[in-house]
Amino acid sequence: MIRQATLAVAVMLALGTGIVLAGDGKRSGYDDASTETRAMQDDDAANPGFLWVAQGEALWSAPAGASSRSCAGCHGDTAAAMRGVATRYPMFDSTLGRPITLEGRIQQCRTERQGAPALPVESDAMLGLTAYVGLQSRGMPMAVAEDGPVRPFLDAGRRLFETRMGQFNLSCAQCHDRLAGQRLAGSTIPQAHPNGYPLYRLEWQGMGSLYRRLRNCLTGVRAEPFPPDAPELVALSLYLAWRANGLTVETPAVRP
Amino acid sequence: MNGSPVPLAAPCLPPVPLPLARRRFVLMAVTGTLLPALPARANPHQVAGLIRAITGAAPIDTGKVTLDLPVLVENGNAVAMTVSVDAPAGSVRALHVFADGNPLPEVLRLRFGPASGAPRISTRIRLADSQTVTALAELADGTFWRDSVELLVTLAACLE
Amino acid sequence: MVRVLINAPKQVRVREPFEVKLLINHPMESGQRRDTFGQAIPREIIHTLVCSMDGEDVFQADLFPAISANPFLAFWAVAARSGALMVRFTDDQGTTQTDSIAISVA
Repeated sequence: MIRQATLAVAVMLALGTGIVLAGDGKRSGYDDASTETRAMQDDDAANPGFLWVAQGEALWSAPAGASSRSCAGCHGDTAAAMRGVATRYPMFDSTLGRPITLEGRIQQCRTERQGAPALPVESDAMLGLTAYVGLQSRGMPMAVAEDGPVRPFLDAGRRLFETRMGQFNLSCAQCHDRLAGQRLAGSTIPQAHPNGYPLYRLEWQGMGSLYRRLRNCLTGVRAEPFPPDAPELVALSLYLAWRANGLTVETPAVRP
Repeated sequence: MNGSPVPLAAPCLPPVPLPLARRRFVLMAVTGTLLPALPARANPHQVAGLIRAITGAAPIDTGKVTLDLPVLVENGNAVAMTVSVDAPAGSVRALHVFADGNPLPEVLRLRFGPASGAPRISTRIRLADSQTVTALAELADGTFWRDSVELLVTLAACLE
Repeated sequence: MVRVLINAPKQVRVREPFEVKLLINHPMESGQRRDTFGQAIPREIIHTLVCSMDGEDVFQADLFPAISANPFLAFWAVAARSGALMVRFTDDQGTTQTDSIAISVA
């Protein structure tokens, strides 16, 4: 009897260890990374993402475009103005009538308010600015809205997440909801939360956005990746961010 | 025909795997193209030779130098490495690091100067495959010390 | 000019070892990779790096393609007097870049 109880406790402990509960069993990709990768993220002086943050910091104060205004010119001190901002993106833009990502908002500011040329997608400058703004929310819980005009886009994102795609005919949900925590070719399948983007990925040997990762995922299931301006990517980003609500922002994260 | 089953063909033997070189030749012949040459790999003999070129006939002891590397590598593109020597600052002339399974065996060569605060260095290195990494410390008194770590790399870095 | 981050304490005690962490934004192209057409991507790395404190060498390093992209180095230095902690590196193109931070000795 005691042996059975001990065995039951041992099994429960074995299953329970390593599961970090953010209220409802959510695990950040950080929790599935190795000790060394986590150490790389934890030390700002060793985290390569800060090379991009430094660039973003410089751009924040640089006058740009026809307006000759810098981000600081309108927003002032970054920490004060941008604190908590990344926790709410993607968010609904009433003028556009659809959700917008943080990258999209930065791009909108540059082209419409600064009168500067658009920053190329996935450029160091765009990654730098997004990482710098994201950093101001580091440690704060994701808090993406789910009600109001954003609802239909959130539902579209959820449907995409649950739709089988590609020659492998796999949906995001199959791996990242049902099989998260199990192993695929030596790596642990993460729950796939975007709480650290833009992040430094060891596989890329560089910095990248969520869009870059999503294109990798789609290629991974042998599906045609959505173009960078596709509404599907916005809907998927929105659903992923909402799904990560409660997890803390880790930008700039480091992942394998 | 009665009901007893008769095999339609003789059961096939499982194919005998061709040696790698033979397989490549067959593939090349079939496709009519030359496969891009696989990158050359370093090997333990090459590393031994490089170490001998540094130490000459001097003996190499184990001890004093510690090579810190994870035994199981999550991604070979950036593996955290620390080399440290249990000796006072100023007494270590140089550190050398070799990887016997990378395309090129040399990783890092470091000469300490008078403003060095401690004989240690941390960096991140690329490891192409599971292999043995060796650190060699050259002390000011002319002695040599080595440490090695045999590790498993779960994702290739240099070799595509 | 590539971005360089040098992290070190602003104030140190005379001749007391202090830790320096260095990050350099460089792809360290190994020369082993191939592009989507199968063509070898040429090697393009930082091959020499020297760190000095107020003119005295902390170390001289030869880096090889096995050093990861965006090289990170953590090491210990000592300062006899206030001065510049300087990092000078040279790449395969022959370009040399120098970055420094001020270290104040109490």
